[in-house]
Order: sequence, then structure tokens, then C-alpha cells
Amino acid sequence: MCEVEIFLGFKTAPCSCRQTRKVSQMEVEEVVCLPRLSRVAVCGGTHGNELSGVYLVRELLKMEKMVKEDEEEGSVSVLKVLSNPRAIQQCRRYFEIDLNRSFTQATLNDPVSETTPYEIIRSQELNCMLGPKGCPEAVDLVCDLHNTTANMGLCLIAYSDCDWICMHIFRHLQRKMTDTAVRFIHLDLPPKEAYSLDSVGKHGIAMEIGPQPHGVVRSNIYTTMKAGVQHVLDWVRSFNSGNVFEGGPVEVYTLVKNVDYPRDSETHSITAAIHPELQDKDFCLLHPGDPLFQTFSEETVRYKGNEPLYPFFINECAYYEKCIALSLARKRSVRIPPIQVQTEGEHQQNRWRVKSREE
Amino acid sequence: MICREAGQQEGKRKSSGHIQRLLSNRLTSLIFQIEMEHVSFPALSRVAICGGTHGNELSGVYMVREMQKRQADKVGSASITTVLANPKAVDVCRRYIERDLNRCFTDALLSAPITDSTPYELRRAQELNAQLGPIGSQEAMDLVCDLHNTTSNMGLCLIFYSLDWISLHIYKYIQSKITSAPVRALQLDLPLSEVFSLESVGKHGFAVEVGPQPHGVVRADIFNLMKEAVELITDWIQKFNSGCTFEGGEVEAYNYVKIIDYPRDPITHEITAAIHPHLQDNDFSLLRTGDPMFQSFLGETVTYEGEELYPFFVNECAYYEKNIAFHLSRKTTFSIPSISVKE
Repeated sequence: MCEVEIFLGFKTAPCSCRQTRKVSQMEVEEVVCLPRLSRVAVCGGTHGNELSGVYLVRELLKMEKMVKEDEEEGSVSVLKVLSNPRAIQQCRRYFEIDLNRSFTQATLNDPVSETTPYEIIRSQELNCMLGPKGCPEAVDLVCDLHNTTANMGLCLIAYSDCDWICMHIFRHLQRKMTDTAVRFIHLDLPPKEAYSLDSVGKHGIAMEIGPQPHGVVRSNIYTTMKAGVQHVLDWVRSFNSGNVFEGGPVEVYTLVKNVDYPRDSETHSITAAIHPELQDKDFCLLHPGDPLFQTFSEETVRYKGNEPLYPFFINECAYYEKCIALSLARKRSVRIPPIQVQTEGEHQQNRWRVKSREE
Repeated sequence: MICREAGQQEGKRKSSGHIQRLLSNRLTSLIFQIEMEHVSFPALSRVAICGGTHGNELSGVYMVREMQKRQADKVGSASITTVLANPKAVDVCRRYIERDLNRCFTDALLSAPITDSTPYELRRAQELNAQLGPIGSQEAMDLVCDLHNTTSNMGLCLIFYSLDWISLHIYKYIQSKITSAPVRALQLDLPLSEVFSLESVGKHGFAVEVGPQPHGVVRADIFNLMKEAVELITDWIQKFNSGCTFEGGEVEAYNYVKIIDYPRDPITHEITAAIHPHLQDNDFSLLRTGDPMFQSFLGETVTYEGEELYPFFVNECAYYEKNIAFHLSRKTTFSIPSISVKE
């Protein structure tokens, strides 16, 4: 994770070298050098009924058989993975338990027995294939593809708001995909508690695109995801080639809390739906007093929080069973530093530095 | 005019109903411009509202639960029976457990003997037939309304098998009252022996299909639309039973013609294209030869070739496994007579 080492106001990553880059006469920005991203995993079907990722990974696998591996400078090895084959086959979110909650360190270390659910066996397989989580052998970047029934446009979801690779990728997508709302969601969790597939790589992002019903492919959503993945890979190649990516401010939505539906105290069934004024209004500021739910007898339930917050995952189908009607976030601006790939010499120097630190 | 009720109180559904349908179809074109004679029907004393026939189509599930909470069991002189048709599927929020319940109401399946290996939904269909039918008998519910959702952008549709004047008048009434969404009638032309869905159990019946809504999700706007439709249906029943005459006139309906499947990989059978953006969400917009139909995952366009027809159930989630990308229909206009309750 990032060392919290404040230098000229930036957080720096460990084992990085620094070059000075003049931005203006008033300010000198340090370029953060980071290891190249040699291995990237693109994963689809982590939830078997989120179909854009399933079909995109299938297409990438088909193309892989036909096209020779790219050997230009800055090339990257791209692994394409269908994460949950059983769930894909049945077009269901999961077979026994949610695969994308099965990547905490504890779950990955759990001994396997005859009663171990399919998804835990699978998460441990994926951890071997793409990890192990937290180790130098892990892939450099995991990009895990998802769909949501919520009207969220394209969101990149990550655990850290100071992983400069992820945040530069985000900014790149935002600049390239001008017809799409592109946002960055930050789940503030330490690596051991990070529970999703993307946490297995050294860097990881979930790419979440909606709205799309589960079990359905919408052309426009598929096209957006295809473009998003292409821009991620283009950025990685560009990074590996030695380009400098300028710093600057980016907007980040940090998860604050989840809100459940009103429920019947005996049956636990929901007694209201998301209010029509909130439905489809992901990332539109929700103020205290704004309508939140409409009961089935048409009464309005209002938001009673203390502060205005940004809602997202509004009416996500899969979250009914997790007791989440919507999530709420604060928005803030984070300044990301300029970054550049480490040279081979710098990389070696840092490896020795890490070794001696460990000793 | 010939319909399922008039002049035919007894006899097996198969023979009299079938003859009625043949005559009905042949006479439809003849009666197109003719002012039709008024028709009287017996009162609709027993009505069933069914939800959760597909366990993940949630408007109907919550509609039925809400009606049961309010103990809405009477409207005027009619008794209302509310039914959660597939409770096991509702519990796990899936379309079905073993088989699609809404394909289990054919004569053959309803009379098949039950064994240990009989799928859950076949047993359930026979239970529902006993409770709301039996199909074709005097004891059957006068009217069965079955509530459904679709991922397609279809607004509100009433779906029925035959040109049943009761159902068509209810449709006409709903269409005249609802302004927030398009209201349409869909007719599936099937011989009575082949009808397969729950609403066919009643003497009269239709499905109420509302979309777009993802399966497993409740949208307030879609729930409210379905609620409004159900209230108008019970409203109409009350008016009809108390002696109102409903004037005849012309109605437009979409008659099912055929289905179109997705392009598929010949080996894996996986779909190789999605509904084209020009067709997506454009249910009931005329599809002409040369119009885009599918977009392959490589970005290539597949165009439609054939008779100009109206698509519906465009990109319905549950139909991928039934090899249906969308349905096509013809739009027809025909006359319906004025009707009132028999004294």
C-alpha cells in the first residue's frame, strides 16, 4: 500500500524514485516513478448474469486465438478470465455464495473441505492464477468487469484513493470517453479486508457499467465496456512505453454508508420501493428531507441523514438480499501526482531497497 | 356475436370453444365494418388476481401482497381472490424452480398423472387449475388477471388468446383512462387446445404485462402503473356487474406473427450479437426491411428482411433461453360490440 510520506503535499508509493518536473514558476511537481505493468488480467462473469463482461471476455479469447501477441515496446501480457463458469452457465449471479465477496485474506487462507462452497474453491483457484494476493508474483493489474441495474454510467471502483495507477487510468477514461459519465468510487478498506477479485492484483479496479438488467445484453452498454477496456489497455501500454502522465485534481466518491429498504418486522419483506424522484438519479446530491422511498400504499419516506450525500447503486437488483437499497458517498477532490514508469535500473535499485528493508 | 360465453353455458371447452374460435376468426373480417349487435354476459362474480407466476417479476408479487394486506377480497358484488402463483420461485426470487409455470397450463399437462418425479411447477399448475378452474368448467373463475413484468420497453400490455369481448372492453377502458404510459392489446392466435398460460384457466382471462423493469427489481413507477391498471380492472368489473352498458367501437390490437432468434454460434449456441441500438427500447415501432436488427459483438450490423411488422418483447431477459430475441406482430383494427350484464 502507499506509504504516507508527505513530500511537497503528495503521498508517495513505496520503492519509487523521484524526478523533478517543473510545472510552473510557483510550483515544482515530483514525478512518481512506478514499476511497469507487465501482466494485466481482464475478468468477466465474476457474477454470472452480468453479461457485458461475459461476452467481452469471450470475444477477447476468440480474438486471442486469431491475432499474434503484440510485441511492440510497452506491450503487456493480457490474461482473459471467465471468473465464475458455473454461474455463467446458469446465468445466475452465483452458484452457492457471492464469488466477489470471497477474496478476503481469511477466506483465501481457509482450508478446503468437502463442504467448502464452490465459490470459495474458485476464489482460491483465481488467487493462485492471478495472485497470490499481496505477493510479488501477483498480476500487476486486475480489471474486473461488472454490470449494475442502477443508472451509474461507468464507474471504476477501487479500495484506495492514493493508488496512482488506478487514478490515472480513471482520469484517462474520463478524458477519452466524453459521451459517458465516468466516475471513481473509493471503498475505504485495508487490503486484508478487501473482499473482491480486483484486490488480488498489485493494482485493481472493478469496472461497473449500468443500467442493464441482469441476464440481458444491451448493445450500448456492451460497446461502452468494450471501449473502456480498450482505453485501460491503451493506457497501460502508453505507461509502459515511458510516457509521463501529468498530475492534477480528480473527483472521488468515497463510500460513507448503505441504506436499507423499509421492511416488514415479521416477514422482512420490503414495504417500499425507491421513490420515483430518486430512481435513476445516481450521483445527484441527496439532501436531508428529500424523498427516499415510496411505500406500496404510496406514502413517502424521506432521507433523514445529517448531511447531503451522493447516492449510487440505487435499486441494484443483487443488493436486495444484502439489505442495501442505495449507497451514499462524499465527493472530494484528490490531487494525483505526475507518474512515469520506472526504468530498469531504478526498478533494480528498488528491489534491493525492499530486500534490505525486509532484512 | 360469438364469444366464449354467449349461448354456450355447458359442454367441454375443447369442442365448443374451438368451433367458436374458427367462426370468430372467419367472421372477424366480415364484421369489420358492420355495426354489431349488443351482447350480454353473465355477471363476473368471481375474479382472480395472480402475481408471482414468475417469481422474479416483482410488481405482481408486491401487488398481490398489498391486496392481501388490505384484505381486498370484494369489489361490489364480485369476490376477488388474490394468488401468489409460484410461491417457491417468489421465495428465491427466480423465474421458476424447475420449469416455467406459465407454460404448464395446456390440456395435456393439466391432465398428466402426478408422480414422485413430477416437476414442482407441473404440480403447482394442477393445484391452480383446481383452485381457479377447472379449465372449461362452470366452476372456473369468471376472470383471471395474471400480473407480469418484462425487461422490454412495452409500457402496459394486455395479452390474450382470443377476441374475447370482456377482455377487449377492459382493455378499451384502461386505455381511455391511463395517460402516463402507452396501453396496448396483444393477441396470441393459438388454438384453445394449445393455450399454455395461467389466465386461460378462467372463463375470461388476460395477462397484464408492464415494462421495462429488470427482473428481481421493483421500480416505483412500474408498480404504480400496474396498480393503476388493477384498480381500473376492478372498477370496470364493478360498473359492469351493476348494469352499465359499455359502448362498442373500434379497437387496435397487435396480432402475433412470429419470433426472431439471436444470431448464434453454430457450435456453442451462444449468442453472437445483441439487439441493435436502433431497435433496443423501440417495441411497437414498425420494423421494415433494411432496418438494423442486431449488432454483433464485433460491431457489425445485421438488418431485418421481411414483411413490415411491429416488434415486441424486444430483448426480454427470460426469452434468451427460449431462443427469442423479439416477437413480430401485425397491427389490426376491428369492431367490438356494446356489452352489458345479463339481467
